[in-house]
Amino acid sequence: MMKQLTWKDLPIGGVIVEPGNARKNLTGTWRTERPVIDQDACIRCRICWMYCPEPAILELKKPYTTKSGKKYDLTYEIDYDHCKGCGICAHECPVKAIKMVSEVVG
Amino acid sequence: MEMKVYFRTIKDLPEDEYFGPGQLTCAGCGPSIAVRWLLKAAGSDVIVVNATGCIEVTTTSYPYTAWSVPYLHVAFENSAAAASGVEAALKALRRKGILDTKAKVMVIAGDGGTYDIGLQALSGMLERGHGILYVLYDNEAYMNTGIQRSGGTPHFAWTTTSPVGSKFKGKVQRKKDIMSIVIGHHIPYAATANIAYPIDLANKVKTAFDYIDEGPAFIHVIAPCPPGWRYPEEMTVEIARLATETGYFPLYEWDHGRIRFNPPSNTHLDKSRRKPIIEYLKRQGRFAHLTEEDIKEIEKEIDEYWDYLARLAKAFG
Amino acid sequence: MEIAKTLSIREEIVKERVGLTSNYAAAYAVKAVDVDVIAAYPITPQTTIIEKLAELVANGEIDAEYIPVESEHSALSAVVGAAAAGARVFTATSAQGLEFMHEVLHIASGLRLPIVMAVPGRALSAPISIHGDYQDIMNAKDSGWIMLIASTAQEVYDSIIMAYRIAEDNRVLVPVMVSYDGFLMSHTTEPVELYHEDYVRKFTPRNLNRLKLDPRKPITIGVIASPDWYYEIKYQVVNALKESRGVIKEIHGEFNKTFGTNYDIVERYMLDDADYVLITYGGASSGNAKEAVRRARERGLRAGVLRIRLFRPFPVDEVVSSIKDAKMVAVVDRALSPGSTYEGPVFNDVVTALYSKGIEKPVISVVHGISQRTMLADDFYNLYKTLDEYARTGEYPRKTIFLGLRG
Repeated sequence: MMKQLTWKDLPIGGVIVEPGNARKNLTGTWRTERPVIDQDACIRCRICWMYCPEPAILELKKPYTTKSGKKYDLTYEIDYDHCKGCGICAHECPVKAIKMVSEVVG
Repeated sequence: MEMKVYFRTIKDLPEDEYFGPGQLTCAGCGPSIAVRWLLKAAGSDVIVVNATGCIEVTTTSYPYTAWSVPYLHVAFENSAAAASGVEAALKALRRKGILDTKAKVMVIAGDGGTYDIGLQALSGMLERGHGILYVLYDNEAYMNTGIQRSGGTPHFAWTTTSPVGSKFKGKVQRKKDIMSIVIGHHIPYAATANIAYPIDLANKVKTAFDYIDEGPAFIHVIAPCPPGWRYPEEMTVEIARLATETGYFPLYEWDHGRIRFNPPSNTHLDKSRRKPIIEYLKRQGRFAHLTEEDIKEIEKEIDEYWDYLARLAKAFG
Repeated sequence: MEIAKTLSIREEIVKERVGLTSNYAAAYAVKAVDVDVIAAYPITPQTTIIEKLAELVANGEIDAEYIPVESEHSALSAVVGAAAAGARVFTATSAQGLEFMHEVLHIASGLRLPIVMAVPGRALSAPISIHGDYQDIMNAKDSGWIMLIASTAQEVYDSIIMAYRIAEDNRVLVPVMVSYDGFLMSHTTEPVELYHEDYVRKFTPRNLNRLKLDPRKPITIGVIASPDWYYEIKYQVVNALKESRGVIKEIHGEFNKTFGTNYDIVERYMLDDADYVLITYGGASSGNAKEAVRRARERGLRAGVLRIRLFRPFPVDEVVSSIKDAKMVAVVDRALSPGSTYEGPVFNDVVTALYSKGIEKPVISVVHGISQRTMLADDFYNLYKTLDEYARTGEYPRKTIFLGLRG
């Protein structure tokens, strides 16, 4: 809930002085489906990260070893606070490592 | 002259983000992908001047801004004029030793703010030779106000002001060739780009800024819109890719008076190398009403456009 | 101010006394303040301002970026962009040009950018007219700009210098319009004393300590605001205009002290004992009215002139205090407000000013000099005689008098 700011509190001209503060706007509440990355199937090709419009896919320097023993330096994780569930990542993934799972239960 | 390559593979693409998240664009918004990559390629030392449109209203809804670079919005038709003022200010203040900024100026405007109401200001900016990169993100209609036709809407496309009825079926006029208009101003650099090819797009942004001291640059980015083009959101990148693969939206550069096609369009002078246009059209609800005849007409128009490009390439290759 | 002191100040700061049109005086004022960006699009009767500026830039006498824009809408848009980037800017226009840039007027004030614009007033189309009046200026009165109306070429020069101080003051940050008579002033030559530029530069130091486009501190300028926010942001403009009165008077005081002048936000001519007051603005009206005062006083009528210099924000206190003892007042407007209760725009401001102070006073609305229909001192002299008639009979017209209209 935004504090009820008066005309005296606001910077003049409607200027927004905090860069990128839109991240406080949790657009993740919009989605009806959520992408789930299978970290074992993911080949770290970067394509999902590249195409995400928000962006809501984080490229993290988190090492990961798959069940079959393959080692990766990077891990891609969904920023569920902002992911709108468009499904572009799942659609473009060359190895179908991302599944769209319904948010609606029951 | 070869295309300038700053990023060779997807691994070379820069990490830093200067746009979003949290903007109010639709899920699967093509322009959002475009703007994200424009800023990543331009870097932090850029001042963005944005025309009224989808991107502007979704990214500056007070008190939130999706921009992490300095940003100015004035009105719908004047982004090129406002940017001209910013560029002149930086020049004058630098010369007088008042500011030591090396900031570049980039306009981001939609087809609404460029093809039609914004054309005057764009032409003036190009004629005066300002060192500004003007990027047109083309979702092919006035999307922000609810999908009305623009000069950039393609032939036959459904929009609310070019609806499909019993008498008239979709847009009657053809898509305005904005690149030819821009090239006609004889600026140093202009290029088409596609959100499905971000490496190509990023290279073109950097190339444009490389030449910016010589004069204005222009990049025309095709950016599909799920509600406006009528397709499921996850298809945005696929449809953008098909636009180029079918030859509807060729990737090329105008580099100091020479035309250069970029992959995959460099193979498309040969029609057999282009995917059939139906692959592009059948996936979009805005073309659902097309008859066989209409599709043949569109095919003919694309062939004519490629013939024109071929002759341009011959004259300016 | 002591005359001797004034004279010695003038001696020191005046570089030369030259014959200049008001348009050229405006151009030289812009030169004196070290402007950074000029956006120029020609329209009669402003054209010679931007021609002179082009000449000064081409000669290297002004170090500024001169942008020959392709329309007036782009002219104001370009200076908005430049001001947002921290530059000191200037543009000028008239009539149809002012109308074409109209949406940007509101944007400039809404974004709180320091912009100075000169507007020699001209009649509005249709029918098309190149001749002077104040229709274009009056049509901009609700755009949130500070508006000054000059009556001499010297005043144009001085007002533009003051305008930069006013606009850039951190307590104001509102764009300023300096207007004057189209043709009757813009194209007629008067003596103007130009100052040594060092004094002007010292009087107008740059204000870089304001929000602007800078990659080191990225901000977003020009947002969309929902009903939850728009009201407060727009109210800031309302408040800024209100608060600017004090700052404008302060800057006038400082200018007077520095340059040995005697400006106030209104000009009172023979008002101390005036029974009959004409309220005017601009050079031709005010000059004629002052001449008429002399004739009227010869005839035994105690006549006076109140010239409005600061038009927005309206100088309510000064206007009311100047006319509260008069028997009859007439406002001579050079613009039209069709469909309004009375068709004179400044008349409407004067009457509401009196109302706001709870003062009842007979005020007559007069419209004159539309599209430069000739105004004579005799017309104003006759007005004084008429006001005297009204005072005697106690009856006066409750609708606007259109002086000089055939029919």
